Amino acid sequence: MWLKDSSIGRKLVMSISGLGLVFFLLFHGCMNLALVFSEEAYNWICSVLGANWYALVATLGLGALVLIHFLYAIYLTIQNRMARGKDRYAVTAKREGVEWESENMLVLGFVVIGFIVLHLANFWFKMQFTEIMHMCGAEDFAVATFGTVYAPTDGAGMVKALFTTPIWGQVYCVLYLVWLTALWFHLRHGVWSALHTMGFNNLVWMKRVKVISAVVATLVAGLFAIVVLYYLGYGIGMLCV
Amino acid sequence: MDNYIDIKVRVWRQAGPKAEGHFETYELKHIFQGASFLEMIDILNEQLISEHKDPIAFDHDCREGICGMCSMYVNGHPHGPDSAITTCQLHMRKFKDGETITIEPWRSRAFPVIKDLMVDREAYDKIMQAGGFVSVNTGGVPDANAIPIPKAHADEAMDAASCIGCGACAAACKNGSAMLFVSAKVSQLALLPQGKVEAAARAKAMVAKMDELGFGNCTNTGACAAECPKQVSLANIARLNREFLCAKLKD
Repeated sequence: MWLKDSSIGRKLVMSISGLGLVFFLLFHGCMNLALVFSEEAYNWICSVLGANWYALVATLGLGALVLIHFLYAIYLTIQNRMARGKDRYAVTAKREGVEWESENMLVLGFVVIGFIVLHLANFWFKMQFTEIMHMCGAEDFAVATFGTVYAPTDGAGMVKALFTTPIWGQVYCVLYLVWLTALWFHLRHGVWSALHTMGFNNLVWMKRVKVISAVVATLVAGLFAIVVLYYLGYGIGMLCV
Repeated sequence: MDNYIDIKVRVWRQAGPKAEGHFETYELKHIFQGASFLEMIDILNEQLISEHKDPIAFDHDCREGICGMCSMYVNGHPHGPDSAITTCQLHMRKFKDGETITIEPWRSRAFPVIKDLMVDREAYDKIMQAGGFVSVNTGGVPDANAIPIPKAHADEAMDAASCIGCGACAAACKNGSAMLFVSAKVSQLALLPQGKVEAAARAKAMVAKMDELGFGNCTNTGACAAECPKQVSLANIARLNREFLCAKLKD
């Protein structure tokens, strides 16, 4: 199978799974933005998604994309390290025009996925997973946020509790901002690299594709950051009052 | 203004392909900055021979930047700390008095060390043999203007054809990928009508050979193009990807 056995095939799998995840992030980011305007609107979105069949199918697909992207990254990195041979260079220099993030995609990926685990524990576990447990008969299943249990469809309540509870809320805000910074760097290289791998590039478009990549990375990270910054300000405001 | 400098040279010494290698440091006094880097190595070898030591083995041929033989990794850069030149075009004025210069061979599984700084780059020849040519039956010479070619295509093909196959791209790449070389060789033919006929088969054959020889997977860092002595563009890699993917999707 050439998607596994040829280098360009493997890269194509990375590109497509990566771009798929970018589209999910854009959707997720737009959805979050509702929080800034109306908590009711956000909770309505939560109830529409929840544990409905289409949301479950989409979640499975999303999980598959993350898994493929992760496993291929490990596979490619092992192969790439082997390609250097027995001895590695004693001296390596910085090269002009080579972006830092392009040489540290795996590390950035690990940072991103590490925070994803935290994020799933923070929200998904208390929302969709809890609903699934209820559907399976475990009626009493509930996970608390800082001591308070919120209904699985009260996403706004959970977000507010996690990000505005004094001190811990602000710690979470900073953690999420670190996560978004890593994501921004990962996408700034990832998006243009994916397009390049799929062959959508040439001498004229080289700079444009990189600009598109920076715009997409900023859009994704920015959409999420707005909500975090909103609650950071809200939390600090509550502390001062 | 070129002066005379005293330097230390830290060189990778390896007796043979199977032997363990190590660094050795040599002192060189009174080196003229107008000398080329390879002349400096020649002076060092003279010094080693007069001390009854084994001279350093290194590849070199034309010494004017067109043959692609010289292959030294100097202070972390293939072909040294200058841009768009080969090692033989590097001059000692790029180095300071008292500096320690580290010289290593290309490090790639597909380019095994033969001795010291000399590596076996037959892997690139094998990739070329897999498809880097145009099959034409010999006959009368056609008229030069019989096949019109757009100027832009001719220019881009010519730029890709400037690749001398020195191996700096695979040596510079953190993934040990040979994509810049393969993409240049695919592009120089795929852009022209004579080469277009076999473009799909060529891309598949050359990529298959590249993977088989143990080169890494390109992650588009751009280190290859940054270090290429002929400034071959990264855009060629996009073209190779396009050619390869289209060929595979048609199958």
